[in-house]
Parts: sequence; C-alpha cells; structure tokens
Amino acid sequence: CMTNCPTLIVTVGLPARGKTYISKKLTRYLNWIGVPTKEFNVGDYRRECLKIYKSFEFFRPDNEEGVKIRRQCAMSALNDVRQYLSVEGGQVAVFDATNTTRDRRGTIMKFAEQNGFKVFFVESVCEDPEVIAQNIVQVKLENPDYMNCSSEEAIEDFMERIKCYETSYQPLDEDLDSDVSYIKIMDVGRRYLVNRVVDHIQSRIVYYLMNIHITPRSIYLCRHGESDLNIKGRIGGDSGLSGRGKEFAKRLRNFLEEQNIKDLKIWTSQMKRTIQTAECLGVPYEQWKSLNEIDAGVCEEMMYEEIQEHFPLEFALRDQDKYRYRYPKGESYEDLVQRLEPVIMELERQENVLVICHQAIMRCLLAYFLDKTSHELPYLKCPLHTVLKLTPVAYGCKVESVYLGVESVNTHRDRPENVNVQRSTEDALQTVPAHL
Amino acid sequence: MSSTQRDSGASTNSTEAKKTDPRWNEKKCSWASYMTNSPTMIVMIGLPARGKTYMSKKLTRYLNWIGVPTKVFNLGVYRREAVRAYKSYDFFRHDNEEAMKIRKQCALVALQDVRVYLTEEGGQIAVFDATNTTRERRDLIQAFVKENGFKVFFVESVCDDPDVIAANILEVKVSSPDYPEKHRERVMEDFLKRIECYKVTYQLLDPDDYDKDLSFIKVINVGQRFLVNRVQDYIQSKIVYYLMNIHVHSHSIYLCRHGESNHNVEGRIGGDSELSPRGKQFAHALRDFIDENKLSDLKVWTSQLRRTIQTAEELGVPYEQWKILNEIDAGVCEEMTYQMIQDSFPEEFALRDQDKYHYRYPGGESYQDLVQRLEPVIMELERQGNVLVICHQAVMRCLLAYFLDKGADDLPYMKCPLHTVLKLTPVAYGCKVEMFYLNVEAVNTHRDRPLGKNPRDSALIHRRNSYTPLSSYDQVKRPRLYSAGNQPWLPLAPTPSALMPETLQSQARTGGSCLSPCAKESTLMAAKKLVAVFASE
Repeated sequence: CMTNCPTLIVTVGLPARGKTYISKKLTRYLNWIGVPTKEFNVGDYRRECLKIYKSFEFFRPDNEEGVKIRRQCAMSALNDVRQYLSVEGGQVAVFDATNTTRDRRGTIMKFAEQNGFKVFFVESVCEDPEVIAQNIVQVKLENPDYMNCSSEEAIEDFMERIKCYETSYQPLDEDLDSDVSYIKIMDVGRRYLVNRVVDHIQSRIVYYLMNIHITPRSIYLCRHGESDLNIKGRIGGDSGLSGRGKEFAKRLRNFLEEQNIKDLKIWTSQMKRTIQTAECLGVPYEQWKSLNEIDAGVCEEMMYEEIQEHFPLEFALRDQDKYRYRYPKGESYEDLVQRLEPVIMELERQENVLVICHQAIMRCLLAYFLDKTSHELPYLKCPLHTVLKLTPVAYGCKVESVYLGVESVNTHRDRPENVNVQRSTEDALQTVPAHL
Repeated sequence: MSSTQRDSGASTNSTEAKKTDPRWNEKKCSWASYMTNSPTMIVMIGLPARGKTYMSKKLTRYLNWIGVPTKVFNLGVYRREAVRAYKSYDFFRHDNEEAMKIRKQCALVALQDVRVYLTEEGGQIAVFDATNTTRERRDLIQAFVKENGFKVFFVESVCDDPDVIAANILEVKVSSPDYPEKHRERVMEDFLKRIECYKVTYQLLDPDDYDKDLSFIKVINVGQRFLVNRVQDYIQSKIVYYLMNIHVHSHSIYLCRHGESNHNVEGRIGGDSELSPRGKQFAHALRDFIDENKLSDLKVWTSQLRRTIQTAEELGVPYEQWKILNEIDAGVCEEMTYQMIQDSFPEEFALRDQDKYHYRYPGGESYQDLVQRLEPVIMELERQGNVLVICHQAVMRCLLAYFLDKGADDLPYMKCPLHTVLKLTPVAYGCKVEMFYLNVEAVNTHRDRPLGKNPRDSALIHRRNSYTPLSSYDQVKRPRLYSAGNQPWLPLAPTPSALMPETLQSQARTGGSCLSPCAKESTLMAAKKLVAVFASE
C-alpha cells in the first residue's frame, strides 16, 4: 500500500485481557502480507530493567519507585519504536502495554505526532472471570515473572496485580475520545466498537481482528497424494493421482476417522490431484481456486533438468531469490501470499479445517502459522503423504507431523551452493531430488 | 465430449459420493454463497433520511456481484402500491390508526415475498429496507425469521448531523414519487415532519440489554463510528467489512484501458506486448486530460503488464501496480488472433460464444474467475477518493459491471473501447457515467455477441467450480398481490447507449491479418497442455 506515514498501534487494557496475544498475532499477520511490523512489549523492557520480580507490590500506584521505573521503560520502548519506524524502515510498530490512563495515551499520541506517525488504539475489554482465569493459566504461569512460585501463588499474585490497575483504568470513551482512531474489542470478540478508521491499513487491521477467535481447534495441512507428474519429476500441471497417491487418500480417510474431529471442514484446490484425494474421503468438501499450485508459467510440466537446459538464467535467478522470483508468465511466492490472504482470513474464522493443497501453497500457509520469514518460506519442508496438525497454544502454534506410511517421491529441492548465473549444469542440479 | 466432461469434471471415481455430494446440487452456488448455510435476512433500522436505502442498494449490488443472490425489499414501494396517492406526513403519525393498519399489512406482504424469494426462488440474502424503528416491528420480524429458519442481521444507521440529513433529503427525497410537484421547501418541510412522526416511537438497538444477543452493526454518523455485535458467519463478516469501507464523500473513478498495443494492432489477444505509436500518443493525451481536469490527489493504478505500465509512465505521477488487474488469462489461446483460435480450437471458440461469461479458456480463466480476483480492487476503490484505473478490456468490463449493476449476460459484451476514459461518479442510488474519447485513433477490439439463437446447452463444460455474479435486476419476477407491472419507482441512472451491447451489429472482425500462426514457444507449450488435459479425461 502507498501509505507514507508509519502506523503506531497501541494496545489498551487491564492485564490478562489478551493484549499480547493480539499484538503477536497481528504482527505475524502483517509481516506475512508484506507489511514490516514489529512489536514492543513494555513488560519485556521492565524485566530487563528489574532483573528479579518480587511481587505485585511493584505495580501499586503509590509505589513511587515502581512508577518511575515503569515510565522509564515505556520511554525506552518508544525510543526503540522511533528507531524502528523512522530509521530502520519499519511500517507498523505495535506498542504492547496496558496504557490504561488517558494521560499515558496522551503522551504516546504526542510522541506519534512529533514523529509523523499515525496512531491506532486496540483496546480489549473483558469481565468474564473464566476467560481471565484461563488467560492467566495459559500464559502467565509460564512467564519469567512467576518462574519460582507455585501455580496458586502465581494466580493470587496476578489477581492482585490486576487490582492495582483497576482503580486508575480509564477505558476509551465514545465522547472523550471521539477524535481518536480505535477499535474496542469486548468479551473476546462478541462486540466491537470501531471509531474513525482513517486508512487502508487500519481497515485491514480491523477486518483481521474481527475475524480471529480463541475457540480451541486444529488446522490440518497436507498435500494431495503423489501424482503422475510428481513421479516423473515434473513441476506444475494438472495430473491425477498415482497408485501410491490413491493409497495415501485411503489412509487419510482412516486417519481422519481415528482422529474423530468435530465438524471438520475440508478444502481443496481446483486441480485434479487434490480433488481426487478429497473424493476418497467420502465427505463433502469445498474447492478454492486460490489454493491452486504456484503457476510456473513457461516452466509448467518441466523437469528441473529441462528448466536448466532451456532457461539456465531463470533457474539461477530463482535460486538467488526464490521468494520474489516470478516464473515468466507465471507467479512468485510473493504473488502466492497475496492470493492466499482470503484463505488465511477464512482459516482464522473457521474452527477445525483440513486443507488439501500443494507444495508451494502449503509452505505459504505454514509460514503464516509458524511465523517464518520470506527467506525461510520457500524452503520449508512439506513432504508428500504427511499431515501437519497445527494447534494454537499460548502465543504460538503447536505442530504435530503425521506420516501416513505410504511411500512417495521426494519433491523438495534445497537451495544449491552455487547460485551464480554462470554456474555449471552440475552445480545447478546438485540438489534436485531423484525421480523416474 | 461435452457430456462426459461434465460428469468427470470433478473426478473419475466414486459416482456414489457424487449423488449425495452437495456440490452437485442444482443451485449455482458461488464461492461466497457456499459459505452461508441458511438464507439470511438483513434488516435495516433507522429514521428516514439516514441512508438505509443507499446502503441497501449498494450492499445488494456488491453481494450480487460476488455471486450471492441478493434482493432488496423496500417497504416504501409496497406502501406506495397500497396507497396510490401520498397526501402528507399525516399518514405517518403514530396515532393514525387506519394508516398504521395499512403499513403493517404492507410489512406482512413484503415478508411473504421475502419468504418466497429465499425458499423458492433461490435467493440467499433478502435486504428488508424499512425504518423498523420499534421493538414491536423487530420482534415481529424475528418471529418470522425463526419460523422459517433464516438468519437475521440488523444494520442500524444513526445520524444526528442536520447537514447530512438535509443533504440526503435534497438528493433523494425531492425526486421521490411521493412528491411529484417537487417544490423543494414544501418537500423539506413535509419530510422533516415525517421524521418527527417516527422519532416519537423510535427505540434504538440496545447492545447492553434488550438487544445484546442480536447480530447487528450500528453505523454512526455516516461511518465515523461502528458498533458491531455478534457476527455469526463469513457473509456477515464480509457485509461488515464492506459497510465499513464505503463512504459518501464525493469522488470519481476513472476507468480506461492501456494505450493501443502491438498485439492489438495484430489482432492478437492477451500477451504482454508494448504500446504501439498510437498507444504512446494516447498516453500523452491522457496526461493532458488529467492536467486539464485538475484532479486533486488522483491515485493511479495499473496492472503488472507492460502496456498499462507504459501508459502510466507517461503521466509523470506515482502509480501502483496490481497483479490482480492483469488481463484475463486466455490459457492455450494466449497471443492468438480470433481467426487462429477458430482454426486451432473451433469447438472452444463456439463454446465461448455460447456462454461467454462462464466459459473458461483451457489453462486460463473465465469472466467469473476475473470477478473473484477483482474483489479486493472493488473494496479498495470504495475506500479511496479519486482513482484512475488503467487496465484491460475484460477487467474493465468486470469493474464497470459492478458500478453499473450489470449481470452475467451483459458483462462480457460491454463496450470498452481503446483510448476512451470513463468517468464514474456516484449519484443518489446509482452511478453517473461520462465518456471521454481522447481523439487518438485505435483498432476496435470489441467482439459482439454472435447472431442467431445460441441454444443454452445444459452440457456446457464446467471445468471447475466457479460462480456467477447476478445483477440486482436479474431476479425472477413474481406478480404482486394487488398490482400488475414491476416498474421500479425510483428513476435509474441512465446507461449511455454507447455502453449497451448492440445485439444487431454483426460480428466485428478484428483488424490485422495474421498469416500463418507463428511458432512461438508459448503457443507450442499451450497446445501441448491442451492435449494433456483431454488425454487424461
């Protein structure tokens, strides 16, 4: 997007309201769609400063020493924000702290104005004691602050900590803050109040925040069964399943039955090999064109050896920057990410989903869930006949890899050592996997 | 070939699964409509002149364009049929018993039509456009919805800015059938009194108590603020996103194609060729056009193909490239002339003429696919101010169809000539179109709908799943209870005749004779691909 001003996203809310969860998820999403974003957690700065956490007393509003240190930490974080947005080329910074007083928010807005940043507040309001308790158990107990106490002690201390903030909490107000751009998230997304969205990036952020949820679920990612072109070592095309591919589909059916997944949705691309795989499952599925494999343009249905023979320059350029490289008349990984964004948005909305897709697609989706960079993305390992089960936990994602025991060719090509355009054929084909 | 292909369109296995498989049911489901299981009723809420009809119509146009069959049911229309002559605001007084009876009766009739549309006519979303300002009325609607197993989503528009309200009244109420003499002051006076009648009994949505379990969005002061409660599903989330991106500030959208390209001159479709000399001239003319019109803060968008980029380069202003604005992919037919296509793939050529909208080039795209890929562009155009989009013929047709509410039948035959800029300005409930031909000659690339009856063969190849945008007017009409004729009451924005498909014109032969097909690598590869597709069926 052509927004010139960087944006400063500021979280607002009492402890254990999901601010860090939202910050991290938002940062991951924005980076994945190509907007350089970084989060700045003031709690981390405080832990740097105050090596040892003793108790909630530190957060008492009448603890002058504590108040001073906390303000210093906030300033230090803001300085790093300035560095990131003005000097290092970042576009969005997420300032993750309680920011519960109008005074503190005023300071931040002034800072933003001085530096030419736009500000967007994300407030999380929640009074459901169960949600708060679950939050504490899931993320606070693992927190370095509570490394050396029992769970009960930790919970007790944390509840006191929350109380320290409650008296001075000034939530964003419809009237007093009517000129401020913000979204107020209430009760984990049951209700939203959105005020003065001014540009594209804020509108995207709002749309994203309105689609995420915290209901426990799992996402299953796998590729189609081995295809005829896979066996021949050819890329792209629209071939059907090989014998072994069909066997995989059957095993996949058994696997799903064993897992006994509640209300599982199944998605495929619009290419034969994924559709044939899904057909064997005997349950309804939905086809997405956006899940189609990367278009290799003039190289469609070629073997790597043939690409090296006909397009050695292209082959080398691809190895130099596999993420941005676009096949002539085809696509790049970067293009893929753009076309997969609606799929990601819909995955966020859904609960249990199985996505049967393709190698490059699966790499892009995996990179989103596991927060991989554009350098790592094109080399993520996504072998055939293996199901990845992703389960969101705490601030990240647990991954379980299940190989369904049906042999297949390997289609993974590592980055060769020599990516020079003058390299020999031998060097170019160094990492090509075996095929017929 | 056609019938077997249709059967094996999805797979060659499990015919059993096919019978029970919901993908094979009769409804031509769009991707977006697939995501809604039960039909949804969108219920507008708000005092008069709060933009309810504006939002209803715009939302309906958008939903139909992305392929979700949607229709507006405007209660005012029903009321005007029941009470032929509108006398004054007295009709709307809440103590006018006779009138209250009539108004309730109209609501019930409208709800019946909603039921028929959603259960028998294949509709998926019905927009119930009325004030719906009392809890009593909303409870009635909720009972109806529950009885029929529909979902319901409320859209409330709240506005207390008197300038906005006055502007609304002037723009749309003055020309309403209720006020034939159009005397401004009288209209304004009567209408403001009408609003007062409603204010007496207006019960706003109460998110904290009475209405906390309802799904709704409250739009406050024309989008300055939104309150969103309990979004249930994908389509509601898309509706919310759309409503949050539209605005009422005046702006204009300029659509044009790239300057004439070398391929255009040769009569070739697709490809990535450069501008011809006349194309370059057009780019200069475009630059002058922009300067003359002093367009402040004009954003310029192009595709990622050379010909649009080269056009934009001449303008000397920053521009953004969108891959999704690239021309329709003609697959195996890329870079061929129509003659070559007819020679090499005569069946494909014929199939395309049968149903140009759904037809997908082997290895390429259909107009349907284009619509799906252009959706983010539409959303962004709604957000922006003044934008100039330099794109391609098929792409421009899709964008135009969105703004002018054209359906799948008309879309592929809309006229988008080279070297002509279309200026679209939203007015009232529609869009004003002005055409500017920039006086640089170019070839004509338009191919009309072929003559003669094309049997709508049900065995049309559906290569893969795809969907249809309907226009808001492509609905199955049903005779109303007490009046004949279905004339829309509000005047439509007239479409310039130059844009309407001329069915009486003979097929235009694209200029430039190409001798023997050049053995370009791409064409060779493409031919190989086509063989591969058929061989494996």
